[in-house]
Amino acid sequence: MDVTAAREIGAGIAVIALAGVGIGLGNIFSTLVSSIARNPAARPHVFGLGMLGFALTEAVALFALLIAFLILFV
Amino acid sequence: MAAGSTIDALGQFELHPVLGQIGEALRFSQSPLFMLIAIVAVLAFLYLGMRPAAVVPGRLQAAAELGYDFIHNMATETIGKEGTAFFPFVFAIFFFILAGNYLGLIPYCFTFTSHIAVTASLALLVFLVSILASFKYQGVKFFTHFMPEGAPVFLAPLLIPIEILSFLSRPVSLSIRLFANMMAGHVLLEVFAGFTLMLAGLGAFGSVLAVAPVVINVALTALELLVGVLQAYVFAILTCIYLREAVAH
Repeated sequence: MDVTAAREIGAGIAVIALAGVGIGLGNIFSTLVSSIARNPAARPHVFGLGMLGFALTEAVALFALLIAFLILFV
Repeated sequence: MAAGSTIDALGQFELHPVLGQIGEALRFSQSPLFMLIAIVAVLAFLYLGMRPAAVVPGRLQAAAELGYDFIHNMATETIGKEGTAFFPFVFAIFFFILAGNYLGLIPYCFTFTSHIAVTASLALLVFLVSILASFKYQGVKFFTHFMPEGAPVFLAPLLIPIEILSFLSRPVSLSIRLFANMMAGHVLLEVFAGFTLMLAGLGAFGSVLAVAPVVINVALTALELLVGVLQAYVFAILTCIYLREAVAH
């Protein structure tokens, strides 16, 4: 098999990990919305933690993207 | 950028000497140039903002005070009483990364936080400061962190290497999170700009279709504005969390 073809297939397989990240992000925001809906006064406390959780989970998505780029270009 | 059939998405991150002969001699590339511009911008914002020193602040002074209070509350609430000692450090980290992220969104400007060398240096700095703070506030008891209390002793040979590994992964994740966010954002912007050029090259009907990638680029710029401030906030809050663990008695 051609090296270029193998690289492109590898990069495609590497981003399958984003499925898990999508589920995780959905979990974070669904819990955020339902906790604010139950107790709207908690919003300033909960929102900062929600954003932190979102950024940490997004980081895992970007690790997968990084591996895909490494496979494709390095 | 769009050469026929391929889009060169990663060429924008290459460094070249700037400022002519002086740049060639000092090897001064876009990265240190924009770091200097970021520092001057942050210092100018604070100095010009606080110069009126009015009791009822105008807009710029209110913005400068808001920035100061936001980071001060973050540092003192997260780290505790010793937070005031680390406040200048957290403030510098937050505003340096924020200015770097936002300067990159101006056309023809360079994002110095999109290089792993820069973000790894910042992450290693935070790691080093947290280790030094641990030794100062806890002494040799710092090493007891790697054995969680309440865990059975016979699990120690398994737990301790895992704990050490997760401790050592902190600068890695901190640096890669910021670097990958910034790089991915700018790669996406360049790819959609390349699509615009490729579609426009197809003739009259292509020029009509080429408006779509431009609209997507507008939405992406809005997303990058959000991601820029979010990543700076996450870097700063994780710094505060690591320092809280370091100063805990």
